[in-house]
Formats: sequence, C-alpha cells, structure tokens
Amino acid sequence: MPNLAKLPTGSYHLLQGNEAIARGALEAGVQYCAAYPGTPSTEILTNFAAVAKEAGLHAEWSSNEKVATEAALAAAYAGLRSISSMKNAGLNVAMDTLQHINLATLGDQNGAMLVVVADDPQSHASGDEEDTRWVAQMANAPLLEPSSFQEAYEMTKYLFDLSEEFQIFCWLRDYTRLAHARGRVQVGEYRKAERQAKYDRTKMFTPYIAPPKHAILVEKMAKIRERFEESPFNSYEGPDSPELLIVCCGSGAPCSRDAVEELNLGDRVGILKLGTLWPFPSRLVVSHIRNAKRVLVVEEVDPYVETHAKAAVADARLADVPEILGKGSGHFSYVGENNPDRVISALCQIFDMDYQARDPEYQAKLDEITARMVVNRGLIWCAGCPHRASFYSISNAIKRDGRNAVVTSDIGCYTMDAFPDGTQVTNTLHCMGGGLGEACGFGQLEQFGFEQPVIGICGDSTFFHASITPLVNAIYNKANMVAIILDNSITAMTGFQPHAGTGRMATQEPTAIVSAEELCRTLGCRVEVVDAFDTKTSTAKLLDLMKDEGGVKVLILRHACELQRMREERRHPYTVWVETEKCKGDKCSFCYRILQCPGIGYDQVTGKAKILEALCAECGLCADLCPSKAIVKEERA
Amino acid sequence: MAISADPLNLIICGVGGQGNILLSGMVGSAYIKKGGFATIGETFGAAQRGGAVFSSVRVSQKREYGPLMPEGRAHLIIGLEPLETLRMVQKYANPDTVCISNTYPVVPAGVAANRDVYPELDELKDAITTLTRKSWFLDATGIALELGAPIAMNIVMIGAVLGTEQLTLTVDDIQAQLQASLPPDRLELNYDALSRGMKAVA
Repeated sequence: MPNLAKLPTGSYHLLQGNEAIARGALEAGVQYCAAYPGTPSTEILTNFAAVAKEAGLHAEWSSNEKVATEAALAAAYAGLRSISSMKNAGLNVAMDTLQHINLATLGDQNGAMLVVVADDPQSHASGDEEDTRWVAQMANAPLLEPSSFQEAYEMTKYLFDLSEEFQIFCWLRDYTRLAHARGRVQVGEYRKAERQAKYDRTKMFTPYIAPPKHAILVEKMAKIRERFEESPFNSYEGPDSPELLIVCCGSGAPCSRDAVEELNLGDRVGILKLGTLWPFPSRLVVSHIRNAKRVLVVEEVDPYVETHAKAAVADARLADVPEILGKGSGHFSYVGENNPDRVISALCQIFDMDYQARDPEYQAKLDEITARMVVNRGLIWCAGCPHRASFYSISNAIKRDGRNAVVTSDIGCYTMDAFPDGTQVTNTLHCMGGGLGEACGFGQLEQFGFEQPVIGICGDSTFFHASITPLVNAIYNKANMVAIILDNSITAMTGFQPHAGTGRMATQEPTAIVSAEELCRTLGCRVEVVDAFDTKTSTAKLLDLMKDEGGVKVLILRHACELQRMREERRHPYTVWVETEKCKGDKCSFCYRILQCPGIGYDQVTGKAKILEALCAECGLCADLCPSKAIVKEERA
Repeated sequence: MAISADPLNLIICGVGGQGNILLSGMVGSAYIKKGGFATIGETFGAAQRGGAVFSSVRVSQKREYGPLMPEGRAHLIIGLEPLETLRMVQKYANPDTVCISNTYPVVPAGVAANRDVYPELDELKDAITTLTRKSWFLDATGIALELGAPIAMNIVMIGAVLGTEQLTLTVDDIQAQLQASLPPDRLELNYDALSRGMKAVA
C-alpha cells in the first residue's frame, strides 16, 4: 500500500481504484472520512487511516454505514470536506439518511460531501449483484462512474467541487473491477487541508417541509444536467457515422475497446463512453445515436443506461430511430460482470462474424484434458480458524439436542458455513444483523405451534453493526432464542479492521473497549462466554442454553482470528502430528471429511490422515477431536 | 528471449493467501516505472482466502487495457499452485502460451475430504506441457520451506520468472519493488528467495 500523502506531484503510480479515489479525495482537501468495512470498498478508508496523522484527517471505522454517513454529513455541515464510503449492501443501511441530505442541503459553511458506493457485479464478495445506480436518481444525487483509474481519481476531485458549489452530496460509483483492480494514475498536487470546523447555531437544516425544498433540488439537478451534457467525462472515439454505436460506462468501456480491437472493428464501431450517469446526459446521447445505424449498450447488471437512452430517444422524437440493443434484446445478460468476451460475442452476433478464441483442434484437446483433471476448489475457513471449532460445537449441540434447532446467520467469515464445503448447519442467511433479526421472529412462533429451538448467529463486528437493535427487540417482545456471537476479535472478512469491541481505532490509536457481554448482561440476558476452541464446554453450554426457556440467552464463542493472531504472535501454539499407526483412515475420516481443514488431508499413499505442513496452523483442534487420538498436539516451549 | 507482444497478457494464479496480489503489484509497478501502462484485474478479500484466485496483468506501451483479458489470450501464465495453473490454462492459454508453475499442491477441501481426486503431479505437468508452447516447473514451496519462510514462495516464483527471461523485467527491477514494499530486515531473505527461484529454472 503506497503512502498516498507522499506521492510527488506529476508522478505515475500503479494504484488500485480505491487508492486512486483516496488520493483524489486527499488532493481535494478531504478532512473527515468514515466507513464501515465492506468488500470491495474497504481500502478507501484503510488508506485514509494510514495517513491520518500526517495528513491531519479524521478517519474512522464507524459502527455501520448509516452512522458513517451521518458523521460525514455533520462534518460537511461544519464546513469540512467529508467522505463516506461503503459497499452496495452498505448503501441499503445508509439510505435512510442519504435520501434526506440533498433536500436539507449541506448547510451554509461551504462544506462538501462525497459518497462512494462500491458495487460488486458477479457477487465476488457479496450476497447479491445490487446495481445501486438507480438509487442516485431516487436520492437526487449527481452520480459519476469512472471507467479508468485516472478517471476515478479525477472524478473524485471534481465531485467535491460540485458538492460544495451546489451544497448537496455527490455520488461516485465504484465497482469490483475498478475498486480491486489496479492501473496507472498520474497524481496532482497534494497539500494538507487546514479548514476549521464551525456551525452557525441560528441555522436549521432538515428536509422538512419537503415539497418546496424538493422543487429547489429539482432545479439544481436541471442545472447539473446541463453541465453533464458538456462534461469531458463523456467522450466519443470512432468514425463519424458508425455502423454500430456502443454506448457504455464503467467497466463497459475497456471491455468494449478490447473487443473492438480484438475483432478489428475500429472503422465500423464507435464508442460513446459515459461518465456522468445521473442526471443522464440525454441530449449528448441522442446526438450520437442520431448518427448511428444501430446502437449497443454495454453495462453491468441492470439496463440503467439502456433504459435512459431509450427514454432519451423517445423524448427526442427522432424520425429514424436506430435499433437499441443490449439487455432487452438479449445481447447481454442481466447477470454477472462485464468482460471482453461478452462484448466480443455480442459484436459477432450483430456483425454476423465468427470468432474463436482458439483453434478447434486445440480447444478439443484442452476440453478433454481439463474436464478430466480440473477439480473445483470450494471456499472454506482458513486452517486454525475459530469458526471451524464453533460450527463443530454448534452442529454437535444441535444434533445432541435433537429438536431440529433453526439457525439464522448473517455476514462474516462464518457465512462460509452455508457454502458447499461448510457444515451447512445454517438455515437462513441474508444481511448484516439478519441472523438475530430473524431469530426474533422464529423465537416468537410458539403460539403457532413452533417448538424448535432458535439460534441466531452474528459476528463481533456484526454485533455492533446491526445486531444490537434486534437483540433489544427480542428481549422486549419476549422471543425465546439463543444469540451466538462468534467473536474473533476483529472484522476479519474484509481484512482485519478493528471495531468498537477491540480497543483500537482505525488509526490504531487505543480507545475504550465496548464490551458485548457487559452490554448483553445489562440488557438482562443470560450470557455465557467460552473459548471457541474449547469445543466440549461450547457444546455443553449451547445445549444448556437451548433448553433454557428464559427468553434471550447469549453465547459468546471467543477466539482471535488465526490470521490476525499470527500477525501479532508469529508462532503456532502447538506442534501437531499424526501417529499414522493409530489413524483409521477412510474408516473414520473425521478430520479431513468432517472438519474440512486445509491443514489436514487424506494421504493417497498411506491411506491415512496427513498434516499438510505448509498450511497447517497447528491450532490443535483436530488433535482435540480425533476419535482415535491419532493426532497429537504438544505445546510449544 | 522475452515475449514481445503488446499488449502483454500475464496471468498470475494460485490459492487465496499465497501472495498473488504482491506479485502482480510488483510486476505492474515495475512496468509502470519503465514508462508504460499496466492494468491488473483481480479479486480479493477473505471470501477469496483458500479459494482459486488469479490476477490478470496487461502491459502496453500504446494505451491502457482493461483489467480482464479475452479468453485464450494469455502470453504467460505464472502458477503458484499446479492445479490452479491448469485451471488458468483452461481459460486463458493458447498453443503459443508459456507457463511457469510451482509444483507444490494445495489440495481443495473436496480432495482433502477424499470426495474429489487431485490429479497426479506428473499427469498435471504433462497436461500443462501439452497445452502450452513451453513450461517450467519448480517446487517453489519446497525452496521457501528450506529458507524457513513458506510465505516467500511467491518471491521464489518471481525469481523463476526472471530466470526464464520471458519478461523484459530484470532482477534490479524486482529488487527495487521488494525494497519499496518490504521492511529492510526482510530484504535479504527475499533476495535469497529470488535467486533460488532463478537458479531453479536455469
């Protein structure tokens, strides 16, 4: 990770999309930065936190995206430039606030606020492919979408100025193939921002009374639309009257360029790349469509540009309307991310061309060999992960309880329990805090004859993010449930961010520890705290809590994330080995088939279990649980 | 002789946690330092840990290419894990592709559980060799374990890449990248890993 405050003016760097955004914000004078970690948006705040001291920033991991957005809003009210960054799912959490801001305006202290939302087409690390572009329209926020790393940097700077000028928050759409991709960026001048915060207490900013404020906002958006019609973020490359006009945005631009080059269609196909997506530059788009015989819209997930382009053409009442192809025509899927091959395939269909990535003979050989040999690699917890131990205990307790407990879970590394290689004890899985929220419901079905025990699962970071409110609801409404907090003492899934329970801030500065167990006890819950690796006690306690009919019980299974622990301690806790003569191999297969740890596997030669030296974390879990006592652990001196 | 294509399309693949990202970043930065464009497409985050991961690296003097290359268009595949090497050969190789692969297997959960069968190493190597113009194999993990630092496997691998002379990058280019990304007390070990990798394919 480069130090973004130290890149010399004019120099070129390989920057991640998220780093380009962070550098742009620094150059624009951002001073207040707040976020909750979420792939693929996390590194924006990580980079601010890394330079917070020297750049004089406030950089915080907020408890959730709504709080982050409200905190950033306050900073803008106080005249600072602020940023709130989040993943697509985080937007849903922040939306209540975002929907209001631009009606209320950012106040009168010349503050500015940028919201960055990172979508995840293909759901590389998300529960869905939510396309957030529509929401900018709903919230009346100007939306730009970069299609290169340089543009991500430049748009960020531009949007801070636009925000300050119109006193509304602006929106930058980030996405996986930008956020977590890297490319060349030439940076400009960075100077430490020195604005002082202040607020005029005679002023009030609120969306109430909305209609007149809405009218003002509509006027602002009309002015911004005029700007966007002329914006250099929209550009055209190709012949004057192309046989086919590609209209694209975001990752659609590089994919289209690569496809046109691959098929040698540069003389026949023009590419209109849009960077300003809301307000939509309708006149500009129509002026290009007018010159084209046919139009193909290249974008990810929803037909956002396609819908607006079709509306623009309808409004323009063109005499000769060219065909607009895209998702609606079946040339692109609504599902998944863009890649050059998808555009190649659409172009071949349109131009009736034949394209083969490889010659058929080679392809046949490739297919034959790989079909035989390439096996799937499913996702599973790391060697040494405490979740493996926790889910062993949870499955075990549910089995022994015998009443078909229902398990509602949510978002964290423990989500992998629901994947094909997990224990799949999880029954429902949606969003942050959803585990406890759904448990509230299952826990109140008794009057309808529901007798199964209810277990709601959250993580430690998820507890602070969105699980406290459902917990309070469960207590208030007398739900009968066990809430399990899988506490690995870090926000692990997104890359080890601290949270309110860790005693450290985003900048690593020490702070108060908000204790989940004290909070739960104060709320009146029976609380048990067990080391997750103590599977015997964990199982026994959970069995006991499931039998306890006294409302909401909390079980905290605590053990540090193995990756974080290794970073700090740099040594394995035990030496672990298999005593092969005692191992029953496939007759038992508990360690490699049930535990599914990457550190232990089946040895084809001996037919027994085998520690995989390069991967085993020597946590000792398999030694504790081996039915034949064939795996031995010895404490390291 | 170094591959002369523009854009130059590289794939670096392996299992999440093996150090793809550091490698692709070093290669990309080194090319940008030489005055060109480099774009890297990859996915990461804990959800990819232990899963199949790859970085697509595209280098050009002409323009900025997108982070993902078309299928079958890789010039060089650098595999940190042999099964992952074959997975990427399946997607991105053509008869002219060259390949450098670690031979140390990281078995998928399904294989460890004895549900799936991990191919014999010789079979894997034959498959990769058959499907590429030229392939080099080395036990980079074994070398890194000998150095007492399994984590340095990716550096052994980039050493091997330098050793094959398929890229225009030099030892100095990569050492400069190591200096920029590692604490000084880790440098000697990593230089060592680099030269062990180079020797392994010599």
